[in-house]
Amino acid sequence: MSERMVEIALTVNGEPVSERVDARKTLVDFLREDLSLTGSHVGCEHGVCGACTVRVDGLVVRGCLMLVAQCDGARVETIEGVSDAGEIADLQAAFTQRNALQCGFCTPGMLLTAQELLLRGGAPSREVIREHLSGNYCRCTGYHAIVDAVESVAKARAGDGQ
Amino acid sequence: MKIVDDAPSGLSALDRPNSYIGRAVPRPNLARLTQGRGQYVSDVVLPRMAHVAFARSPHAHARIVKIDTAAAKKSPGVIAVVTGAELAKVITPWVGVLSHLKGIKSAPQNAIAVDTACWQGEAVCAVVARTRAEAEDAVELVQIDYQELPPVTDPETALDAGTPVIHAALGDNLTFERKLDVGEVDKALAAADAVVETTFVFGRHTGVTNEPRAVVADWNPGDQRLTVYHGTQAPHMTQNLFAKHLGLEEHQVRVLTKDVGGSFGIKVHIYADEMATVALSKLLKRPVKFVADRIESFVTDIHARDHRVKAKIAVTKDGTITAFEIDDLTGIGPYSVYPRTSGIEANQIVNLVGGPYTCPNYRGHARVVFQNKNVMCQYRAVGHPIATAVTEGLVELAAAKIGMDPLEIRRRNLFADNAYPAQSAAGLKFEALSHHASLDKLVTMMNYDALRAEQKALRERGVHRGIGFASFIEVTNPSAAFYGVGGARITSQDGATVKLDAQGAIIVHSGVTEQGQGADAVIAQCVASAFGVAIDKVRVITGDTDNTPYGGGTWASRAAGIGGEAAWQAGKALRQNVLAVAGSILQAKPEDLDIRNGVVVDKGTVTERLDLAELARIAYFRPDTLPPGFQPELMATRHYVPRGWPFAFTNGIQASYLEVDTDTGFVTLLKHWCVEDCGTIINPQLVDEQVRGGVVQGIGAALFEHCRYDERGQMLNGNMADYLVPMACEMPDIEVGHMVSPTADSELGAKGAGEAGTAGAPGSVMNAINDALRPLGAIPLCEMPFTPDRILHALMPGFRNS
Repeated sequence: MSERMVEIALTVNGEPVSERVDARKTLVDFLREDLSLTGSHVGCEHGVCGACTVRVDGLVVRGCLMLVAQCDGARVETIEGVSDAGEIADLQAAFTQRNALQCGFCTPGMLLTAQELLLRGGAPSREVIREHLSGNYCRCTGYHAIVDAVESVAKARAGDGQ
Repeated sequence: MKIVDDAPSGLSALDRPNSYIGRAVPRPNLARLTQGRGQYVSDVVLPRMAHVAFARSPHAHARIVKIDTAAAKKSPGVIAVVTGAELAKVITPWVGVLSHLKGIKSAPQNAIAVDTACWQGEAVCAVVARTRAEAEDAVELVQIDYQELPPVTDPETALDAGTPVIHAALGDNLTFERKLDVGEVDKALAAADAVVETTFVFGRHTGVTNEPRAVVADWNPGDQRLTVYHGTQAPHMTQNLFAKHLGLEEHQVRVLTKDVGGSFGIKVHIYADEMATVALSKLLKRPVKFVADRIESFVTDIHARDHRVKAKIAVTKDGTITAFEIDDLTGIGPYSVYPRTSGIEANQIVNLVGGPYTCPNYRGHARVVFQNKNVMCQYRAVGHPIATAVTEGLVELAAAKIGMDPLEIRRRNLFADNAYPAQSAAGLKFEALSHHASLDKLVTMMNYDALRAEQKALRERGVHRGIGFASFIEVTNPSAAFYGVGGARITSQDGATVKLDAQGAIIVHSGVTEQGQGADAVIAQCVASAFGVAIDKVRVITGDTDNTPYGGGTWASRAAGIGGEAAWQAGKALRQNVLAVAGSILQAKPEDLDIRNGVVVDKGTVTERLDLAELARIAYFRPDTLPPGFQPELMATRHYVPRGWPFAFTNGIQASYLEVDTDTGFVTLLKHWCVEDCGTIINPQLVDEQVRGGVVQGIGAALFEHCRYDERGQMLNGNMADYLVPMACEMPDIEVGHMVSPTADSELGAKGAGEAGTAGAPGSVMNAINDALRPLGAIPLCEMPFTPDRILHALMPGFRNS
C-alpha cells in the first residue's frame, strides 16, 4: 500500500494543501472527498461530460482525467474559489437572469469553460461560443440559454473595454 | 430581486400587487447552484457511512451457479459482501404490474439477482466497504460461476414457439397487449384515394442524467427509522416502497431529496440497486451510499423508446385523413419496472396516435414483450415522441403522395379550435386545444413562405434543405386515472402548507419536487401572488417526506399545474387567516382589509395599517392582547387534484429547418420552432426553457442517441464516448411561442409544459430530413436515429425500392 501513496503539496483556491494521497486518485475525487469541495461534479469519469472541470495553473482541465498526484506544486482553482473571488460574478448573474441552468449539475464546469473563452476578450459569435462549450454536456437546457448568457456577458465585457 | 415586467397581455389573470403569475421571476435556488454550493445526493456524507459497489452480470441471461466471496471479504476496507440470497432475507421482491393495464404480467424481481441474471448489468453480489474504490477493488475478487442461458433479444421472435421463455412461470414472453379498433378502418382503407404504409423504428435510448442515480440510506436501529437521501422525483412514492419491502411502516421512513442532477423520468422509478442499498443499510445498521457510475448507468438506468411500429394512413384526394392503423412491438427487458410498469409507453402510443386529428377510424395494436436486455420504462414524454413521429410521419408522407402542402393537410384535419370539448378516436378527452391558432402562429414565426422560397433557391444550387413539422398533443396534470386506479400508491393529488413566520415571511412546504425545472420558483410565485407578498419573502421547502404534505412529486408535467394550484389555494387560505388576525388587532372587518406587498392595508384606500412583522409579533408573542377566544391560525394547508378531466391535454406544433450534406450524410440543424399551449403560463421563461431542453432531448433521439445491443444482449456503446448525446455545437437556436387555453379544472388554469419539446422534436426532424431528400428520390427515412450511414443508404440508388 505504501508505494501507492504519494506526498503532494499544492494550492487549492489559494490555500496551501499538503496531503498523502493514493496514487490512483483523480483530482476531482481528491477535491470532493478529501477537501469536501463538492462544487466540482462527477458525471462520466471518462472525460466526456465536463462536469468535473477545474482550473490547474490557469488552464481548464478535466478533473476526472488528471491524477491528483500530478498536481504536486500546482495551483488548482475550483468553482468555489473562482466564485468567492468574484471573478465570474457577471457570468453567474447572467446565468441566473437567463435561467441558463436547470438542475445545475453541469453549471460549475460550464461557467469555468465559458470564462476561459471570455478571458480571450472580444465578442465571440454564437457559433464560437457553441464550439467552445461543446465539451460540456448539459441535458436540461438545450444550450440556447447558456449561449445567450455567455454572449451577453461577452458583449458587456467588450463594451466595458475589458 | 428584480421582477421583469414582461407579462404578455392576456396571460396574467391577476392585477393584484405582487402578481407574479405570468412573469419571468428568477429561480431562488440559482445562486447556490452557480456557486457550486448545491447539495446533490452524490455530495452527501454521513458519519460511519460505507459505500456499496456491485458485481454485475456480464451475461444477458445466465444461471448463477456459485458465488465465492472469500477473497473479496479479505480485501482492504471491506465491511460486508452480500449475495442476493442473503439480502432476500432483509427485503422482499416485487412485481411491476398494475390492475388497469389488463393482463399485464411480470415476474418477481429481487434487489440482487438470486438464481438467474436476466440482463447484462443486473447486480449479482454487493460489496460494502469504507470507500467506493475499496468496494470496487473487492468486486473484482468476487468469484461468480455462471452457466450461460440462451438470451432472448429480438422482440420480433420473442413470442415464437421456439424462443426460450425468460420466466417459465409466466408461460410466455408477453408482458402486455393492447388492442383498439374504432370506426371502420378496413372500409376507409379500401375507399381511400391514397394509402401510405411504412414501418417506423425507434432506437432504444436513455436519459443520461448528468448526475447519475444516487442514494444514501441510513437505518438507525435506535430510532427504528430509515432516512434515505434519494435523487428521486417522487419521495412519497419511494417512501412507500422502501417501507413496504423492508417490512416497515411508512412513518418509519423519511425520504429526503435535495438537489437532483437531472431526472427526465429516469428517477421516477425504483431501481433494484437502490432497494439493495437501503436493505444493506438495514442489514449493516449504518449509512450506505450508492452512486451509479456512468458505465453502470448505461446498463441499469431505464431505457425507453425501443419500438417498431408498422403504420398505415388513408387519405382522400382533398386531403381528408380517413384512417390510421398501427401495429407496435416493443421489448422492455426481463422485468416490467416497478411500480409504474413497463406497459405504459406502448399503451400511450396506442392512445396518442392520430390524437390531433378528427379522423374517426383507428386501429391500434401493441405488444410488449420480455427480452434479456436492460429494462425499459417511462422516460420524458412517455410514448409521445413515438406516437407523434408515427402520426406526423404518416401525415407528411400522405401529403407528399397526394401533392399537398404539409401544413394544408394539417389544416384540413386538425380538430377545429372551436370544437371543444372533443374526443379523439382513441377516446382521449380534450377540454380546450388550439391546434389551428398554434399552426398559424408557427407560420408567422418561421416566415414559412420565405423559408420555402429559400429552400427552392438553394436546391437549385445543390444545397438540400428540409422543413418538417409535427403537431402534437401532450398528457399533463394526470388525475388518479394514471396510476391510482391501477392500485399503485402513487398519488395524483398534491398539497402545500403555508405559514407566516415570526418576522412576517412566508414558508411553504410543497409535495412536488424541484428537479431543476423551476418548481420552487413556480410554487413561490403562486404563494406570493395569492397571499400578497414580495416573492423574496417566500421560502419554499420540498423533498422531505417528514415535513411536506403528501404529494406525488414531479412527473407527467404535474408540478406547476397541480402543485402550483395547491400552493395558490394555500396562499389564499393563509391570507384569509392573516386578515382575521389583522381584523382583531385593528378592530376592523377582515373583508375591509387586504394584504399588499407584505403590509395589511385598507382595501378601499390602500392606506397601510399593519405590517406582517408586527402582526406576527403580536400573534406569536403577545396573544394576550388579542380579544378573548380569538386564536390566530398562521398556517394553512390546501390540496388539489384534477377532477374534471382525467388529464389536461396540451397541444402544439414544432418545425425543424435543416440541411443534409448528401455527400457525407451529415445533418446540420439550422433552426427549430415550437408553439405550445400549456394554458395559463405561470413563468414564461421557465416554460420556454422546458420546451428548449425538451426539444434538444428529442433531437438527440432523432439524430444521435441509441443503446446498441448485439444479438447476445451485450450493450455495445455503454459509455459517453460511444453513446452520443447532443452537445452545444450541434444544436440550433430554438424559438418558442405560445397559445393560452387554460384548463377550467383549476383556478390558475395551468397545464403542464415539461414534455412538449420532447414529444414533437423527433417527428419534425424526421419530416425535415425526408423533405430535404424527397426530390432526390431517396426512400423515406423512418428509422431513428438518422445517422449519416442511414441517410447515405437512403440516397443510394441500389437501395431504392428495396
